[in-house]
Amino acid sequence: MPDKDKEKKQGTNISRRNFLKGVGTGTVAATVAPSVLIGSEKAAEAQTEEAVASATIQLNINGKPYQVEVEARTTLLTVLRDGIDTSGTNIDLTGAKLICDRGECGGCTVMIDGKTVYACMMLAMDAQDKQITTVEGLADGDDLHPVQEAFVQHDALMCGFCTPGFVVSSAALLSENTKPTLEDIKVGLSGNTCRCGTYPFIFDAVKTASRKM
Amino acid sequence: MEKFSYVNATSLEQVTTLLSDSRWGEVMLIAGGTDLLAELKEYIETPKTLINLKTLPGMEGIKADAAGLTIGALTTVADIAKHPTIRHHYTVLAEAAGSVATPQIRNVGTLGGNLCQRPRCWYYRDEATSCLKKGGDICFAVDGLSKYHAILGGDPVYIVHPSDLAPALIALGASVKIVGPEGEKTMSLEDFFTLPAANPFRENVLQPNEIVVEVQVPPAKPNTKSFYLKAREKGAPDFALASVAGVFEMNGTTCVSTSIVLGGVAPAPWRSKEAEAALTGKMINETVSRQAGSDAVKDAQPLNDNAYKVTLTQNLVSRAAMMAAS
Repeated sequence: MPDKDKEKKQGTNISRRNFLKGVGTGTVAATVAPSVLIGSEKAAEAQTEEAVASATIQLNINGKPYQVEVEARTTLLTVLRDGIDTSGTNIDLTGAKLICDRGECGGCTVMIDGKTVYACMMLAMDAQDKQITTVEGLADGDDLHPVQEAFVQHDALMCGFCTPGFVVSSAALLSENTKPTLEDIKVGLSGNTCRCGTYPFIFDAVKTASRKM
Repeated sequence: MEKFSYVNATSLEQVTTLLSDSRWGEVMLIAGGTDLLAELKEYIETPKTLINLKTLPGMEGIKADAAGLTIGALTTVADIAKHPTIRHHYTVLAEAAGSVATPQIRNVGTLGGNLCQRPRCWYYRDEATSCLKKGGDICFAVDGLSKYHAILGGDPVYIVHPSDLAPALIALGASVKIVGPEGEKTMSLEDFFTLPAANPFRENVLQPNEIVVEVQVPPAKPNTKSFYLKAREKGAPDFALASVAGVFEMNGTTCVSTSIVLGGVAPAPWRSKEAEAALTGKMINETVSRQAGSDAVKDAQPLNDNAYKVTLTQNLVSRAAMMAAS
């Protein structure tokens, strides 16, 4: 699989080497002489943690541990979709969609410790030590989550591109409020956008799912 | 986004020292990041280093007691919106917090970040536009497209302050605790925000090496009603076209005292002393509330596209007053 090899190679290129070239500070505190970060000895003393341009981080995604090398600027969404575990496997969780990339459309919605967030607006480094749940993590094997079942039953989608985000938001809503009113559902899903306009079906699906939870 | 390096904050001293030892914009602070990352993605800011504030101990949480409220700067907007004491006794704040953006943003966006967020002006947010706020020569809203811009206090930069929490907190008489290299200080939140005439580049008095750590709200007075009314272009989550944070101390239908702060219409949260004067000591009825509305906007100077905000603001103020009396 030549493509995968290439990707992998690019993946490992995002490393401290680039950091050394790009930022010119190296692993700041320890090695390289006066950096932009630390202009005084006082700062060096105050700083017990190192500033890093890239790092190997541990992520817990859908109950499974991953180790992945990221740049500081890498978003959680990029890791989920395009990240490569240090073992060489693609993480490949493409349920969360890259659409607006500005925290407006909701296509990239995932849960962090049970609360919905936009994965495009969260740095991967900020997702360490947390439980990340993507749409892929909702079903129990072949048993769909009640929200997923209800989306199928109500045909709550047209093109389907926004659906993973809506499903995650709906599941999070029902985990906090098992008997939501229509208004609760509208507020709970207000961070997701469906350009096909299937909202009434989505709201019905959440209602149906709430009866099963 | 440009590359940057990332450091977890361990103490306020470390943060203020790192900020002091760098040029403005070279080292920036990140908490929820929902505003900052958008700026980085548009290359509006290109910091070399981000300091992650979320690792600072003791800066998150809400304390509600006889002394009022103390809210740490890292407290999320969602936690403010659903806090039972805030919902009951500081309704305006809970309503404002609940009106911020979307659930996903409220779950990560913080109080400190909400107060310090940058303007939404489309010229400011456009990488290719060098406007007055970004060190250029002119504010393009004056002769350009000004639908979402200021009707009050604009000269010479006509951005509007995007925060919903700020008007609510100012109406509640909040103060803000700031830490810098010389230690901490507390100031009224109203004085924290500045107009472009004083500083066209920033929206508050925070020095480059200072950080907001906490907001304090005095105890709610008895017989007080408070509301946050926010007009948006559509039903979906959005920034305010105009908003009114109103706190009314009532005796029946008579307004004993009030504070009214407007959002979305000026480069800083806009305290309407005129509307307050029109209501204080009066029995509120339709005539009085309409008078308060028109007094609130009597100094308004709309640009080409935003005269609608004058009417909108006027009606929101009147409506808030009528709600206080009902």
